[in-house]
Amino acid sequence: MTELKQFTVLSRVLHWLTAVLVFAALFVGFVMVNSVASYAQLIVVHKTLGALVLLVMVVRVINRARHHPPAWPPTIGSLEGRLVGLSEKLLYALLLLQPLVGWAMLSAAGGPVVVFGSVHLPRIAPFDAQVYWILRQAHSVIAYTLVAVIAAHISAVLLHTLTLRDRLIERMTFRFRSKADRSHA
Amino acid sequence: MTEHPEGAGRWGVGRLDRRDVLRGAAVVGAFLAVDLGAFLYANDWIGPARLTPRVFLDGFAKVFGRHPGVRKNHAKGVGVAGYFDSNGNGRALSTATVFAPGRTPVVGRFSMAGGNPHAADASSTARGLGLAFGFPGGQQWRMATLNLPVFLDNSPQGFYDRLIASAVVPGTGKPDPVVMARFLAAHPETARAMSIVKQHPPTPGFGDSVYSGLNTFYFVNASGAQTPVRWSLTPLQQALPPSSGPNALFDALERQLRAGPLRWRLVLTVGEASDPTNDATLPWPADRRTVDAGTLTLDSVQADAAGSARDINFDPLVLPAGIEPSDDPLLSARSAVYAASYRRRTGETTL
Repeated sequence: MTELKQFTVLSRVLHWLTAVLVFAALFVGFVMVNSVASYAQLIVVHKTLGALVLLVMVVRVINRARHHPPAWPPTIGSLEGRLVGLSEKLLYALLLLQPLVGWAMLSAAGGPVVVFGSVHLPRIAPFDAQVYWILRQAHSVIAYTLVAVIAAHISAVLLHTLTLRDRLIERMTFRFRSKADRSHA
Repeated sequence: MTEHPEGAGRWGVGRLDRRDVLRGAAVVGAFLAVDLGAFLYANDWIGPARLTPRVFLDGFAKVFGRHPGVRKNHAKGVGVAGYFDSNGNGRALSTATVFAPGRTPVVGRFSMAGGNPHAADASSTARGLGLAFGFPGGQQWRMATLNLPVFLDNSPQGFYDRLIASAVVPGTGKPDPVVMARFLAAHPETARAMSIVKQHPPTPGFGDSVYSGLNTFYFVNASGAQTPVRWSLTPLQQALPPSSGPNALFDALERQLRAGPLRWRLVLTVGEASDPTNDATLPWPADRRTVDAGTLTLDSVQADAAGSARDINFDPLVLPAGIEPSDDPLLSARSAVYAASYRRRTGETTL
């Protein structure tokens, strides 16, 4: 019986905060561009969610650089480990990039960039319709890629937890700690 | 929960319990089904047909043909530039910086309604003036105005239905009268608005047209008071008579602009509690208080080029602090469809 190595409380809080924000931002984003009646209200929410994702991701990158995550359980082999490592880096990169692309895309359309209802951000790209379109396409491509990568991430954790019974998900949850953990504490 | 012995559960190593495999596959399958379903629904790929921005763009393409690289409505137009001189009167209604005494640069675009950039100018076609005050600053104010006293629709669906009903029948050069009659019977608000428009026949040209914002907005002043406001730009000159040919109105406008600046007074009409804010087909009573907020001067024609008015989306919801949208459902729809049009046309010029 191996000890369950959990992420730090801060890492876990940041992870679930990101999960909620990113799920909401993606869902609102997809609904909004296909809506005429709710577009105006949803885009205000979407920009604010995007700004929050960017803020949380900056904190996460700093946190990740300062804390090495706990070792994987032995159920993750070396090949799978390389995949997991790559997908973690990919998720970090996409989640940092996506709000920046959204910000730059609004800038390229001539701005203004307003988040939290009334906070004006500076423009970070020149007013250029072609730059706008490239960034706008990138925003969609990154969104679809995120949906796929997040689905793979969740599926892998579920399979490990349910099929290999390695309690992988508990590294990230708050529900309970095993007796083994408590005895080591 | 039973635990496997150390190392027994790695993929491809050791034996997996069949029930565990089924359990994992079932839960992951259910998760992926819900995830994919939500994704497809949110993207409007499954579920009931909705009136999406894409439907509007396809409607314009159906009625006017495909015209890559230009606006899907108000396709024909000319960019202009100038400035707005505020007299400070607007500050009583709104804290927007554009109403402080002084000058704000303006980029704009005169246009003709319709999706065909090569359509011949016609006096009866609605004329538009898109304006971006203070572009590209943080407190910019964009608008897309028309030379109409009221708008013809009060809902996105009404606009779409009118667009489809007004498709010109080849050969006759006019919309199908039966289809149009059926549309008007289903949309009495449009029939009423059309009769109001008929009482305000179009002026000879762009230069002497009254351009109205049509939708209602809330102006918020320094004490936080919210006032429903509609605005219009009233001309301070006569227009040159239209020349001949397919660009008769645009040619006259350009000639006039090259000869000297054109000016309009920005008139804010102050609504009262009983005035409709969510229906642009309904005029407000003629005796409503008005505020002369200053003078718009347009003094140069801008060629269509990268970074010109061509590349501005005159989204009526790009508002400065001190001006807020009303509950008019057209505002969100205009913002959504303009954004989709902007994305489509910028793609057509990039690829």
